Amino acid sequence: MSLVAATIKRDLLLAARNPGEWLNPLMFFLMVVALFPLAVDPDPKFLARIAGGVIWVAALLATLLSLDALYKSDVEDGTLEQWLASGESLYLLALAKALVHWLCSGLPLTLMAPVLGVMMALPQDAYWAMILSLLVGTPVLSLLGSVGAALTAGVRSGGLLLSLLILPMYVPVLIFAASAVYHAGIGMDYNGQIGFLGAMLALAACLTPFAAAAALKLNLSR
Amino acid sequence: MWQKLVRLYHRLGSPKWFYEITSGWIFWLTLVSVIGCVAGLVMGLLFAPADYQQGDSFRIIYIHVPAAIVAQSAFMMMAVSGAVYLVWKMKMAAWVARAVAPLGASFCLIALFTGAIWGKPTWGTWWVWDARLTSMLLLLFLYFGVMALQRAIESEEASHKAGAILSLVGVVNIPIIKYSVEWWNTLHQPATLKLTEKPSMAPEMLWPLLIMIVTTYVFFALMVILRTRNEILWHERKRGWVQELPEMLGGKR
Repeated sequence: MSLVAATIKRDLLLAARNPGEWLNPLMFFLMVVALFPLAVDPDPKFLARIAGGVIWVAALLATLLSLDALYKSDVEDGTLEQWLASGESLYLLALAKALVHWLCSGLPLTLMAPVLGVMMALPQDAYWAMILSLLVGTPVLSLLGSVGAALTAGVRSGGLLLSLLILPMYVPVLIFAASAVYHAGIGMDYNGQIGFLGAMLALAACLTPFAAAAALKLNLSR
Repeated sequence: MWQKLVRLYHRLGSPKWFYEITSGWIFWLTLVSVIGCVAGLVMGLLFAPADYQQGDSFRIIYIHVPAAIVAQSAFMMMAVSGAVYLVWKMKMAAWVARAVAPLGASFCLIALFTGAIWGKPTWGTWWVWDARLTSMLLLLFLYFGVMALQRAIESEEASHKAGAILSLVGVVNIPIIKYSVEWWNTLHQPATLKLTEKPSMAPEMLWPLLIMIVTTYVFFALMVILRTRNEILWHERKRGWVQELPEMLGGKR
């Protein structure tokens, strides 16, 4: 357990000392969202309709960008071997890594989203839905993504491959989250969608660390 | 019975045994696929009555539905073989999983393509963002992911294992994707065949469809066996029994 705590502490410290790692995806998030009014239509009524979807797609892409580095340095500098030799449960380690990833990517995205909501003329009623959906949905992205990151950690040009593997699996999260924001915007209930996101989070938190742990072990035989 | 199954399972682990036993099956499987395909298509295209709403355009169902069913089964097969490989480290299972992936993707493509052709006269457009089309498209993406991952990893064992893990994660995801997409948007006609309900089709239309489904499964099995045999020959190419094969066929070394 102490190893898990130490890993979380080390990763947070690394992120604090090297802010580019988590700031760059945030800037990317901002820029991608800014492209839509420029490319499609700056009419506020139209923007209000697509705001939820655009913000969510951008959040998803920003998450993918930062996932690539999740296990790369651990595999390259031998930390992974030390983990395996320590006998500590890989399940917990994988869970901890996903948690740190969420703290450095999902959480800042959630905090920044209201600003983007203003840019996208998001309806007043939809702000809570957007923040809630991001709060519950982005951990699922981190957890599912950690499996892909573990699978591609030792592969050259793994970043693109990672997106190929993981994007189809992100679809359910995207559907429910975007629909929650959209329905809140037109004044309807969105409890159901948030509930589904919560169910996905529970399922992902239980199962994905197993897959990530199994995938991490493969990096030794390469 | 159980003892027999266990023995069969142990035997399946031997590439040589698999290669030899399937040599005799290829002819029969080919025969059944050809006969079934001809019978099913002739019955379906010439003798089945035209649909009262869709006219003759519904006849593409005889390709579309079997391809879609097999494409989904193939993913299950890939995941089950992957699980067998991960748990019991059976090489044969990994080779089967690798043989299945491109086949499943091909059937997926066939289903999507015939669906587009069918959609044009029925819905007036090649593609709609309908739930079942979308989940089929995502299934194709999952296949692409597995194939890309298997190709990207150089070490053989790691690439088999990575493919197996990804297909297992995919299998857990497929129902979630399917139902979320269905909830999101549906326009597609409901499934023609359901195991739990009486079919909604006239028997003259139904029989050719059932024949085509069985035939497509047989054809799929034939393809899996042929591709697995190729994998076996490649991986065991340095073994004595493979090197003797050309001599048994009367060739010279």
